[in-house]
Amino acid sequence: MPIQYYLFLSLALFCIGIMGALMRRNAIIIFMSIELMLNAVNLLLAAFSKMYNDSAAQIFVFFIMVVAAAEVAVGLAIIVMVYRKVHSVDVNILNRLKH
Amino acid sequence: MIQLAYLIPLFPLIGFLINGLGWKSMPKQAAGFLASLMMLVSFGLSLAIFFEVKAGAADTIIPLFDFIHSGKLLIPFAFKIDALSSLFLLIITGVGFLIHVYSTSYMHEDEGVVKYFAYLNLFVFSMLLLVMGSNYLIMFIGWEGVGLCSYLLIGFWFKNRDYTNAAKKAFVMNRIGDLGFLVGMMLVLYNFSTLNYNELFAQINTNQTVLSGSTYTWVAICFFIGAMGKSAQLPLYTWLPDAMAGPTPVSALIHAATMVTAGIYMIARSSVIYNQSEFALHFIAIVGLLTAILAATIAIKQYDIKKVLAYSTVSQLGFMFLAIGCGAYTTAVFHVMTHAFFKALLFLGSGSVIHAMGGEQDIRSMGGLGKKMRITQITFLIGCVAIAGIPPFAGFFSKDEILASAFAHSPILYVAALGAALMTAFYMFRLYFLTFSGKFRGTHEQEHHLHESPAAMTFPLIVLAILATVSGFVGLPEVFSEHHSLNEFLHTAVTNFGAHHMEHNTELMLMGLSVGLVSVMIGLAYARTKSPNFVANTGLAKVLENKWYVDEFYDAVVVNPLVQFSGFLDRIIERKGIDGGVNGVGKMVRWAADRMRLLQNGQVGAYLFTMVIGIVLIFVLGLFFVNF
Amino acid sequence: MDILQIIFWILTVMAIGCALGVVLSRNPVNSVIFLILTFFAISGHYLLLNAQFLAIVNIIVYAGAIMVLFLFVIMLMNLNADTEPQKSWLVQLAGVVSGGTLFLVIIAAISKANLLGVINKETTNIGLIKVLGQVLFKQYVLPFEISSVLFLSAMIGAIVIGKKDME
Repeated sequence: MPIQYYLFLSLALFCIGIMGALMRRNAIIIFMSIELMLNAVNLLLAAFSKMYNDSAAQIFVFFIMVVAAAEVAVGLAIIVMVYRKVHSVDVNILNRLKH
Repeated sequence: MIQLAYLIPLFPLIGFLINGLGWKSMPKQAAGFLASLMMLVSFGLSLAIFFEVKAGAADTIIPLFDFIHSGKLLIPFAFKIDALSSLFLLIITGVGFLIHVYSTSYMHEDEGVVKYFAYLNLFVFSMLLLVMGSNYLIMFIGWEGVGLCSYLLIGFWFKNRDYTNAAKKAFVMNRIGDLGFLVGMMLVLYNFSTLNYNELFAQINTNQTVLSGSTYTWVAICFFIGAMGKSAQLPLYTWLPDAMAGPTPVSALIHAATMVTAGIYMIARSSVIYNQSEFALHFIAIVGLLTAILAATIAIKQYDIKKVLAYSTVSQLGFMFLAIGCGAYTTAVFHVMTHAFFKALLFLGSGSVIHAMGGEQDIRSMGGLGKKMRITQITFLIGCVAIAGIPPFAGFFSKDEILASAFAHSPILYVAALGAALMTAFYMFRLYFLTFSGKFRGTHEQEHHLHESPAAMTFPLIVLAILATVSGFVGLPEVFSEHHSLNEFLHTAVTNFGAHHMEHNTELMLMGLSVGLVSVMIGLAYARTKSPNFVANTGLAKVLENKWYVDEFYDAVVVNPLVQFSGFLDRIIERKGIDGGVNGVGKMVRWAADRMRLLQNGQVGAYLFTMVIGIVLIFVLGLFFVNF
Repeated sequence: MDILQIIFWILTVMAIGCALGVVLSRNPVNSVIFLILTFFAISGHYLLLNAQFLAIVNIIVYAGAIMVLFLFVIMLMNLNADTEPQKSWLVQLAGVVSGGTLFLVIIAAISKANLLGVINKETTNIGLIKVLGQVLFKQYVLPFEISSVLFLSAMIGAIVIGKKDME
C-alpha cells in the first residue's frame, strides 16, 4: 500500500480539524478540533514507523499523547474557569478579558 | 649611576600616586612633606647625575621598554641623559623642590592642599618625562602632561568662574600649538621613519636622507608652532597672563621657571633640524623679538603684581627665542637657567607680598612694604636687579649674551632687543618701587595685617636670591674669561650655529651702553613712582593697560565667529538634522506600532485565521519562490 | 482488493466521516461522540500498521480518559445545541476556504516532494510492548522522565486554575 494513502488520510483529518477550529465559536469544539489534528499527526507517524520499520516514531506518538493529555487537563481547567467568569464558552467574548 | 636616572621621574610619580589616591584621607601636613621629600630625592639624584655628566660621562640611553612596535616603526620608551637634559633636570628638580617647600607654607590653609601637591608632583613627573625622553613621542607625552597639570593648577580654585575660564583658555591655546608639534612629528616620521633623537640627528648630519630645504623648514616651523603655544609667543601668548589665576607658587614653577621653557628645550634639542633652515631661524628671531617688545610695553602699564611678572615672563621668553633665532642655542639655555632662578624668585616674592596683603594683588594699594618685610624686599630687589641686567647678577650675563648675538646678526635686531631690555628694567623697578618703597596706600586693616612670611617661604627666597646672584658666572663672556663653562658643558649636546666672534672693544662698549641705559631707566622708574597718582590712563597708556586689545581682537576675529558657527551647528545641524533624524525614526516606529497594535484585537478567531494564513504563505513561499 | 485494503477503506471513510461530524454537528455532545468514533477508526489504522500498543493506548487514553473529561465538562456546563453560539456564514465560509487552501497547498508540497514508499504487508514486531519498552527506556529515558515532570506541573496547574477564587 503506498504511503500516499496515509499521507492524504492524515492530511484530510488535519484540515478538517483546522476548519473546525476556524468555523466554530465554542471553545470546547475548538479544543476537540485540536485533538483531531494531533491524532492526524499521530497516524502519520505510525505509518512512517511501519514504512521504515523503526519503532522510534511510535515513541514520539507516545510523547504526543502525553503532551495532549497534559494540555487537555490545563485547557479544560481554563475553560471551566472562563465559564465561571462569563457564563459562556464563546471564544468571541474572550476579548473582554483584556480589560 | 646614570643608569638609575629612571628613578628621577619615578619619585614624583610615587608622590602623585600617594597624594592623588589618598586625597581624602591624607593629612595636610603629610601631603606637603611627602611631595617635598620626593622632590628632594629627585633633586639629589639629578645632582649626582649632573656631576657625572660634567665629569665626562657619555650620552646615555636608558631603555625601559618598547612603547610602540609596529612594522618598521620602533619607538622605545627610553630616557636620554646628556648635558642638555641633565642641566634641565637640575633646574626642574631644584627649583621644583624649593617651590614645593614654599608651597607647604603658602598653601597650608587651603582645603585642597593634598590635591594641590598631587598635581604639583604630577607636573614635575611630566616635565621630567619631557626633558628625559629619548624621542619626540616621549617628549610629547610629557608635553601634554605638563599642559594638563597647567590646566588643573590654573583652575585649582575652580569655584571661581574666571579662573576656570583662564584654565580653559590656557588649555585651548596650548592645543593649537600641540597640533603644530604633532604635525611636525608626523613629518619627521614620514621623512625619516624614526623619532629617536640619536638616529634622526645622525641621519641628518651624515646626509643619509637627502631632503629639500623646504621640508626642514616645514618641520622646523611646525615644531616652533608647538613651542609658540607652550612658551607663550605671539600670537599664542595671551593664555600666560591669564594663567596667573592659579596659586602663586604654581605661577612660579610652571608659568615662569619650567613649563614655559619647554619650547626652548625642544628647539635646543632639535637644533640639528633648525640648523638646516635659515628661514625658520629668522622667523623665530622675529617672532621672539616682537613678543619681547609687545609684552614689555604691556607690562609697563599693568597694576596687578602678578600680571606684570607674567608679561615680563612672556617678554623674557621672547628674548630666549631671539637668541635661538640668532643660532645661539646655548645662550637661550643659559637664559632659561638664569631666568628660572630670578623669575621664580620674583614670583615667590610676589607670593609673599600677596600673602602679607591678605590676597590683594593690586600694586596701587601697596607701597612701603619694605619696612615690614625685609627679607622679601631684599630678595625681590635682587630679582629685579638680576632681570634688569646689572652686573654681576645673573640676568646681566645671559641677557648680554643674547644682545651680543643679536648684534652679531644685525644691528637692527640689537637696537630693538635693547629697547625691550630697557623697558624690562623700567617696569620691573616701577613694580619694585610701587610695592616696597613710599607710603602704604592700602586700608588700615591691611596695614595692621602686614608681616614677614614664615621661614618655609623665606628660605626658598633666600636660596633663589643667591642663585640669581651667582648663576651668571657659569657663562662669563669672552672678555672676562677664557672659559665659558656652560658652553663647554653643553657642547656635546648642542652647539651654536654660525658662532660669532666679536671684537672685545665692541663687546665692552655694548655692555657699557646697556648698563648705562639700564641705570637711567631705573632712575626714571624711581622718579616716576616717587609720588604716584593713579589717574585714569588715556591715549597710548590706555591701550597698553588694556594689553593692546589683543584679547578683544581675538574674541572678535576667532572666538566669536567660532561661537556663531558652533551655535549654527548646534541649532540647525544638531537639533534639526541629527536629532530630527533620530527622533524621526522613533516617531515612525511609534506611529507604525500605533497602527499595528490594532491587529491584536483579542479575537481568538482572528488569531487562528492569521495563523492558518501564515502557514499557507510559508508553504507557498517554500514551494514556489525559495528553494530549500 | 484483499481484506486488509477493504478494512483500510472502511476505516478511512469512517474516520473522515466522523471527523466531519465532529466539526459540523451542532450539539457538543454529538461532537464528542463523533470524536470518540474517529479515535476508534484511528486505532483500527494503528492495528493495520502493526502498532498494537498504540492502538490500545489510544483507546484507553483518548477515547477513555480524555473524552470522558470533555463529556464531563460539557455536562457540567449544561451545553446543548440551543446554547451553542454560531458564527456568521461568512466566517464559516472563510474557515472552509482557508482550510481547503491549506489542504491544496500541502498536497502540492507532497506531490513536489515526490515521496515514494510502500508500506509492506508483512507483520513486524515494532509495535509490541516489549520492543517499545526497550526503545523508550534505553534511548528515550530522559524525555520520558521530563514528560513525567510535565504531567506533574500540568496536574498542579489544572488544580490551581480550577480552584474557586482564593479569597
